[in-house]
Amino acid sequence: MTLLLHLLLRRTPIGWLQLMHNRMRLVAAVAGIAFANLLVFVQLGVVASMNSVIYLTYTPFRTDIMISAPSPQLFGGALLSRRIIYMALADPGVADATALHLGSMEWKRPGGMSKVLIVYGMAPEAGAFAGDTITDQQLAMLALPNRVLLDSEFKDVGKDGSDMAIKQLSPETPLEFEINGHAVSAVGSFKLGSGFGYDGALFMSDQTFQRLIPERTSGTLSHVLVQLKPGADPALAVRRLNERLKSEHVQVRTAAQMIADDVNYMNTEAPMGIIFGIGVFIGIFVGLVIVYQVLATDVAAHMKEYATFKAMGYPHRFLLGIVFEEALIIAFLGFMPGVLLGSGVYQVMAMATDLPLGMTPGRALTVLAGTFVACALSGSLATLRLRRAEPAELF
Amino acid sequence: MMSRGEPSIRLESVNHWFGAGETRIQAIFDASLSIERGSLTILRGPSGSGKTTLLTLMGSLRKVQEGSIRLLGQELRGASQRSQEALRRRLGFIFQAHNLHESLTARQNTLMGLQVHGPGGDAARQNAAVIHILEVLGLGARIDYLPEKLSGGQKQRVAIARALVSNPEIVFADEPTAALDKDAGLHVVRMLKALGRTRGTSTVIVTHDTRIIELADRIITVEDGRLLPG
Repeated sequence: MTLLLHLLLRRTPIGWLQLMHNRMRLVAAVAGIAFANLLVFVQLGVVASMNSVIYLTYTPFRTDIMISAPSPQLFGGALLSRRIIYMALADPGVADATALHLGSMEWKRPGGMSKVLIVYGMAPEAGAFAGDTITDQQLAMLALPNRVLLDSEFKDVGKDGSDMAIKQLSPETPLEFEINGHAVSAVGSFKLGSGFGYDGALFMSDQTFQRLIPERTSGTLSHVLVQLKPGADPALAVRRLNERLKSEHVQVRTAAQMIADDVNYMNTEAPMGIIFGIGVFIGIFVGLVIVYQVLATDVAAHMKEYATFKAMGYPHRFLLGIVFEEALIIAFLGFMPGVLLGSGVYQVMAMATDLPLGMTPGRALTVLAGTFVACALSGSLATLRLRRAEPAELF
Repeated sequence: MMSRGEPSIRLESVNHWFGAGETRIQAIFDASLSIERGSLTILRGPSGSGKTTLLTLMGSLRKVQEGSIRLLGQELRGASQRSQEALRRRLGFIFQAHNLHESLTARQNTLMGLQVHGPGGDAARQNAAVIHILEVLGLGARIDYLPEKLSGGQKQRVAIARALVSNPEIVFADEPTAALDKDAGLHVVRMLKALGRTRGTSTVIVTHDTRIIELADRIITVEDGRLLPG
């Protein structure tokens, strides 16, 4: 390592040798950075998981434009009137429009536990609006009352003794269960997964949806999904629909814009996003303080040596180079256990929560770059003390 | 540039003080002297007489407040930080407290005296020069020892090696023989004197060591901040 650094720096790697000379201080610094990295990884992982979950909630359906009550969230707005569908269909660029019903239900599980499921309701005949995870054959099966598709990622099915593999669900081998006081039959599955505040999902026809949630009448719906004619400009269509529906107190957005609004709301306005965002800054701050403390102590301990270098004619930037060398080495050495611990914690959290959590190369590189920047910043602050290195005081 | 025949160091009417206002204490009074190229000069005087202040002023480690100091042909008063650093790279400093870098071996500490001239030097030649001077100073068996594994005298000799390895034009030394026995002390001062003869290296030593006085070309006594005639 010393030889490698010597070749890289084209000088004696004083920073590295200084760190290695006081190994307890080095271990403390590396442990501190690893801890700060772990904090940042956990916070970023949860934020990324939250965003992934938001994307996933949009996968059971496919649409060019969404008409919704003013709200940044898919599962958040007020209900709309069915007449919005007909008003949208009157636009020359619109090929088709349909209602999307969204809600949630509790599924009482053996032992008194209950699981929360988010519920999608859509007309089975509007197959063009179904997402890639749902087949036309499955939609056709949903035309019969009280038939549903169950989330293949739902982990709690076998606990009622049925020992049923969700992916093997079919009309011949359905899973019968009771939800909201109604007996339903899961005749197939689709993939979604659990999220923050729910354990899985159900997909069903609009008729079954209204039967299971009686307060949701056929005249109300959550969103209007709009598909455009081939070649139609989505931005122009959004503008026209907004104009057409301006008296209806609705918001017309492309699907991409709706997802972006949802993600942005969760990250910047929802309490959970804000808390985890602050957590990232706390992690960075902890790292900054630890590295600063280590480097500042190190600079103070070597003040005479630094003053000697000044007396010998070494410029101030040489001394800064030593401190930055130390900062970057600590950053790198701290990152290695940090990323390993972070990966381990992701696995534990994913197993415990069923949330989509995992280390990505992009996130690891981002944290490594952030660690370098934070350590360089701490190093810059620590170098302020170097000005006290006065060579005349050596004699 | 230094012209032929110009002294290595020339002081004219130098005054220096510490503090300001009522707490101002003058350390050097109207000091004028010349130190010739290749000479070995000893500064002596009681503690607190100002000889170390004078040494640091001549070594461009302090700003010249009043008067003129020409070092290797360059005026130090008003000199920029960069030109002072460049000048110091032509000097060698030996500190009484050694000031070796605790995490560097004797070889690495000595090498710092060469690397100050910038990267890109011939590493093998630098290493050979370092080993040679450490061997000359009797440290051939301690080349890769850290300072904590060296005795006081050995540390002092590493500090001397670091100061001399780059063939400086002037050596400033503060009690360089304090940690050495008589023979080793005389060996070091004779070595400095030989450098004066062979390379024209000037040496200025602050010392109380009477054992080396006889080797000096010139002895300057400082008392209460004033240079005494002699």
